[in-house]
Amino acid sequence: MNTCSNSILFVAVLFLLPACCKNDSTKCTCAERVLRLSSTTSVDNTGLLDVIIPPFEKRTGIKVHVLAVGTGKAIKLAENGDVDAIFVHDRLAEEAFVAAGYGLHRMQVMHNNFVVTGPADDPAGARGHDAVTAFSKIAAAKAVFISRGDDSGTNKAELRLWKAAGIDPKGDQAKNAWYLESGQGQRMTLNMADEKKAYCFLDRATFMSAEDQVSSKIIVEGDKRLYNPYSFTAVNQAKHPQARYLEAMAFGAWLTSAECQKMIAEFKIKGRQLFYPDVFEKK
Amino acid sequence: MILEGIREAIRLLTSFDPEAWGPVGVSVTVALSSTLIASLLALPFGLLVGLGRFRGKRALVIVLNTLLALPTVLVGLVIYALLTRRGPLGSWDMLYTPAAMVVGQVILAFPIVAAFCAAAVERSDPRVRQTVLGLGAGRLRAALVVAAENRAALVAAVAAGFGRVFAEVGISMMVGGNIHGYTRNITTGIAFETGKGEFALGVALGIVLLTVALAVNLAVGFWQSRAGSQS
Repeated sequence: MNTCSNSILFVAVLFLLPACCKNDSTKCTCAERVLRLSSTTSVDNTGLLDVIIPPFEKRTGIKVHVLAVGTGKAIKLAENGDVDAIFVHDRLAEEAFVAAGYGLHRMQVMHNNFVVTGPADDPAGARGHDAVTAFSKIAAAKAVFISRGDDSGTNKAELRLWKAAGIDPKGDQAKNAWYLESGQGQRMTLNMADEKKAYCFLDRATFMSAEDQVSSKIIVEGDKRLYNPYSFTAVNQAKHPQARYLEAMAFGAWLTSAECQKMIAEFKIKGRQLFYPDVFEKK
Repeated sequence: MILEGIREAIRLLTSFDPEAWGPVGVSVTVALSSTLIASLLALPFGLLVGLGRFRGKRALVIVLNTLLALPTVLVGLVIYALLTRRGPLGSWDMLYTPAAMVVGQVILAFPIVAAFCAAAVERSDPRVRQTVLGLGAGRLRAALVVAAENRAALVAAVAAGFGRVFAEVGISMMVGGNIHGYTRNITTGIAFETGKGEFALGVALGIVLLTVALAVNLAVGFWQSRAGSQS
């Protein structure tokens, strides 16, 4: 019986120690002001948020909890009241979100653009064409194309281009065996496309940060339909009274401040600019 | 990539890089807390099921064994549905916190600890319990003696529960949200770094996970052999 009580004591100490520490740490974070922001993987994966959030936290004492998900899910989380603000890139969905009363004060913060990538030898002959023609050529050649397939902002932009080309790639599964949906984040989708020597549609920032590790090349760029704007929207307290509206607007003000806009412009990977601030430099 | 990962793992572990140690801290505290809570609930339950004679016992054991296959994403989804602002417990403001991860992991670990515990005491020598009961001890006392007799198996049950929650990613991702410096643990960190194309860092975090698991199991093993030599 002695060893038994010993063992219970041992197990209790083993488990209780960290549990006690944990209680202390949750107390601290509860006292803090927190902003819950859902943003997209395409922004988070570049590391931009790690650069622009710490100065905001330092100045305001508001801790920003970032949930990096696809734009579709980011908006859904905001509609459910699980986040206080969104920083995403699907203008039509954002406008619908505001129109339905869930969001307030959508402000465009920055933009970059999408590109179409593919194997260097470009089997579909899509290079040098505009985006819609390139998509038509990929479909005609039945060249493998890997889509996010996840309702993300990038996925929605891609589907609008297929629509413009008059093609329904998801329509007939058997006929469209060349069109694959990864259901994964942007970087993993690019990797899959690279492994399968497939075409892919993605934001330039993700491609640039991955360029050294993949053999895929940019096939189409510079088309105005490839414009990719990122906006910030606060959750409306009329729908979710608990939403941290003051904190959200403080962050919105930071994103559109001269100082943060300058940080966005100066954010570079391998010496190249990834995002273009929109508040002070009108395109 | 693997070699690079091993090198990176050694660097992370020796340099006390907060990028690596932050997720390790979250993983360890959340997994140990959930294992403790699950064990406090599941060990008595397992003893009851293993020693008890009651109607529906077989069915209960089958249910427990089925729950061993509980998918983490399903647990995560159910807890999300409960804790979202639109859900019944939305006002608790618990979604995307370490506490939410603990709740999910408790649900995951409970059937493992309970099923292993029940199976161990059921298979143990029935004469121990009969003797203790014959000596005039109460049922509770007898159950405690059986538990003490089978402590190695019960610790193994708890270790199995710990292993499961320590390695799971679905619950942590869905109800923890992989928030940097707050709910990012080792497994969601691996998914995140892989998603960014930082494969070496992902492998490194995986090695860290196995190292921590090894340390915990060594501690348990050391204690088991010590306890074994004393009795």
